[in-house]
Amino acid sequence: MSIEIKTDSVEPIRQTYSHIARRFGDKPASRYQEASYDLEAKVNFHYRPQWDSRYELNDERRTAIRMEDWYVVSDPRQFYYGAYVGNRAKMQEAAETSYSFCDKRNLLGRLPEETQKQILRLMVPLRHVELGANMNNSKIAGDATATTVSQMHIYTAMDRLGIGQYLSRIALMMDGTTGKALDESKGYWMDEELWQPMRKLVEDSLVVDDWFELTLLQNVLLDGLMYPLVYHKMDAWFAEQGAEDISMLTEFMRDWQKESLRWINAMMKAVAGESDANRELLQQWIDHWEPRAYEALAPIAQASVGVEALDEARAELSNRLKKFGLQSKGVSA
Amino acid sequence: MAVKNKKLNLKDKYQYLTRDMAWEPTYQKKEDIYPDESFEGIKILDWSQWEDPFRLTMDAYWKYQAEKEKKLYAIFDAFAQNNGHQNITDARYVNALKLFLTGVSPLEHAAFQGYSKVGRQFSGAGARVACQMQAIDELRHSQTQQHAMSHYNKHFNGLHDAAYMHDRVWFLSVPKSFFDDARSAGPFEFLTAISFSFEYVLTNLLFVPFMSGAAYNNDMATVTFGFSAQSDEARHMTLGLEVIKFILEQHEDNVPIVQKWIDKWFWRGFRLLSLVSMMMDYMLPKKVMSWAEAWEVYYEQNGGALFKDLERYGIRPPKYEDVANEAKHHLSHQLWTTFYQYSHATNFHTWIPTEEEMDWMSEKYPDTFDKYYRPRYEFLAKEHAEGRRYYNNTLPQLCQVCQVPTLFTEKGDATKLSHRQIEHEGERYHFCSEACCDIFKDEPEKYVQAWLPVHQIYQGNCGGADVETVVQKYYHINIGEDNFEYVGSPDHKRWQFIKGMAPQQKGDDEAAEKPNAA
Repeated sequence: MSIEIKTDSVEPIRQTYSHIARRFGDKPASRYQEASYDLEAKVNFHYRPQWDSRYELNDERRTAIRMEDWYVVSDPRQFYYGAYVGNRAKMQEAAETSYSFCDKRNLLGRLPEETQKQILRLMVPLRHVELGANMNNSKIAGDATATTVSQMHIYTAMDRLGIGQYLSRIALMMDGTTGKALDESKGYWMDEELWQPMRKLVEDSLVVDDWFELTLLQNVLLDGLMYPLVYHKMDAWFAEQGAEDISMLTEFMRDWQKESLRWINAMMKAVAGESDANRELLQQWIDHWEPRAYEALAPIAQASVGVEALDEARAELSNRLKKFGLQSKGVSA
Repeated sequence: MAVKNKKLNLKDKYQYLTRDMAWEPTYQKKEDIYPDESFEGIKILDWSQWEDPFRLTMDAYWKYQAEKEKKLYAIFDAFAQNNGHQNITDARYVNALKLFLTGVSPLEHAAFQGYSKVGRQFSGAGARVACQMQAIDELRHSQTQQHAMSHYNKHFNGLHDAAYMHDRVWFLSVPKSFFDDARSAGPFEFLTAISFSFEYVLTNLLFVPFMSGAAYNNDMATVTFGFSAQSDEARHMTLGLEVIKFILEQHEDNVPIVQKWIDKWFWRGFRLLSLVSMMMDYMLPKKVMSWAEAWEVYYEQNGGALFKDLERYGIRPPKYEDVANEAKHHLSHQLWTTFYQYSHATNFHTWIPTEEEMDWMSEKYPDTFDKYYRPRYEFLAKEHAEGRRYYNNTLPQLCQVCQVPTLFTEKGDATKLSHRQIEHEGERYHFCSEACCDIFKDEPEKYVQAWLPVHQIYQGNCGGADVETVVQKYYHINIGEDNFEYVGSPDHKRWQFIKGMAPQQKGDDEAAEKPNAA
């Protein structure tokens, strides 16, 4: 038996918007499709930007990468705004439980002073790297044309701000919210020798003009080494020193990175697969930036988990890139 | 910053969670990292003086926004499932949505792109973060508007190709050029234009009339979007005010620059709002308030108080405010009578207001409606009744700056068209007003670039030489479905069927007969 509610049904005259139908046919479209395809202005711009009159607004030439249609880059997570914030709200709820738990029981304050110092010295300064990532992804969102591409980058920009804020809260938890620990940590970032290659790399990334070069450098290469090194290998290293509680506070970052790999890999596959010219350009950029990302992380690895751990991360990245027909210096061990 | 053994207050804590993550660069020069911050001549002495307009960390942002989205989409689903479009006051109302989706929604997307850009351009991290949050909010609005109107698109014409039309259709170059103007300017002018002039000063005359119109006309999907966006808009307005105060407080040399921008963007905004004025007075079957009333409350009173407040910075009310104030008695009528004639080239329908509606206008516009505008409608109605629905087959002259046809009249004389022209480097340029002419004269190198739809048609850049080809092929306006008179249109017939006033006609979905062009 089934129940049947009678409704006064009306036949629609079309199933979706014309611009969606042109891509997918006139059939019911997903929310992701209606929110993400062909929404941006494409032609007939009125004025050249005063901040860069070489190109028009929404000009595909703002990167040297060429795509027949940038919309072949899409998000396997199907994130439009509503889906994105819904997902992050769940992640933050879990994170909040951990942060409250840690705070209430003063789990960080009970760590040996030396371990606390190591956290402030080796992990918390990454909040500055996150701010750099935030700025870079915001720039990309402003420069990229297709909404499927630009929206993934603004989500990432906001994610990086959020991750920077979680890292900051670790320090605020240690010092009883006085800001003292963050000041100390920022001192390492500014002045300690082991952070200088990283700080230089981040500052150098902030003057990269080509937005696809920038997403490659930031989201593929630097993160591709940094996240496995810091949030997996260094995490285990902290646990060995009795600071396993810190894991609770970085779970967000691990979940986030695992999820982000999906769109980043999809983007790389589409862009590298488009043409030999794209692949060659990507290869040049990798040759230039991957060793720099490695060198920037080496002193941090040395001071904690050891360079072998970084080499492992490097090999992982190299394997990822291989799938797109790209090479990087993995470790030949 | 704070005394180091004391617990941080909320303000300082928020600063540690935002701007303190930034640092003074030493490996790259600041001017290379932020190359766009100085060319406009704005002097910022100390970004640390920036007051965060709101203190929202990302975890809280995700949480609040997700709750709002959950409620919003529950309503969208219910609306579609129950065919909520059948409950609106009258199908004429949907034309307001057509104007919104093609004229305003693409601006939300442009705002997303613009705020992403300025969210990187400023060297002050506090300002960057506030701009980035607005960027992602604007993306939200762009997308939720697509979703709110998705169901309408399935049952009415004229909503089906909004972004495509926005790039091409003649009257949509009014909103498009407005936002292109802001986005192509420097970061400080962008914020003065959009955050201050648009979001703070004029939003109650743009965004709110559409949402109130939706509420009055039982459009549950759109009004729910409006309510859901309200707290975002409140944040954007706070940013707008903070931006302007911050720039003015930083250096006295900034004052004349900002004043010039306020003059320009007030006028640019006012011209853009002329489209809203006709929506309010003519497109809403159930009217919220007249354009003149809205202008009095939201501009003359609220704006007046604001500019009083800004006096202490040496800012005066916008130039040509008097012209805008006087125009409130004429604006909507002049617009609607123009669009009525050009209905063959728009994605929405027009019609002669009903007797009751005309009486409402007489009451709301006692000094102007009966004297200047009622006779025109009576004439047009008679023509229509006798089988000569009037369409104007010449192309209008557009203003070089605001791109509205030069249809406005002089202040104090509603029988005299307002028109200005100047010669610049051997070319003649035409304007709707002294104000638009001033804007041109200040930056001729910018405004000579304008993509003027009428010029483009005549130059053969729009797919053909005759209007029909341009409309159908280049604009993607489905002839006989999206355009022409409302009465007898497929939308009208379908509505009568829904309301049980007419049987579903055979060929209902086919194009209506092409009316006689005058």
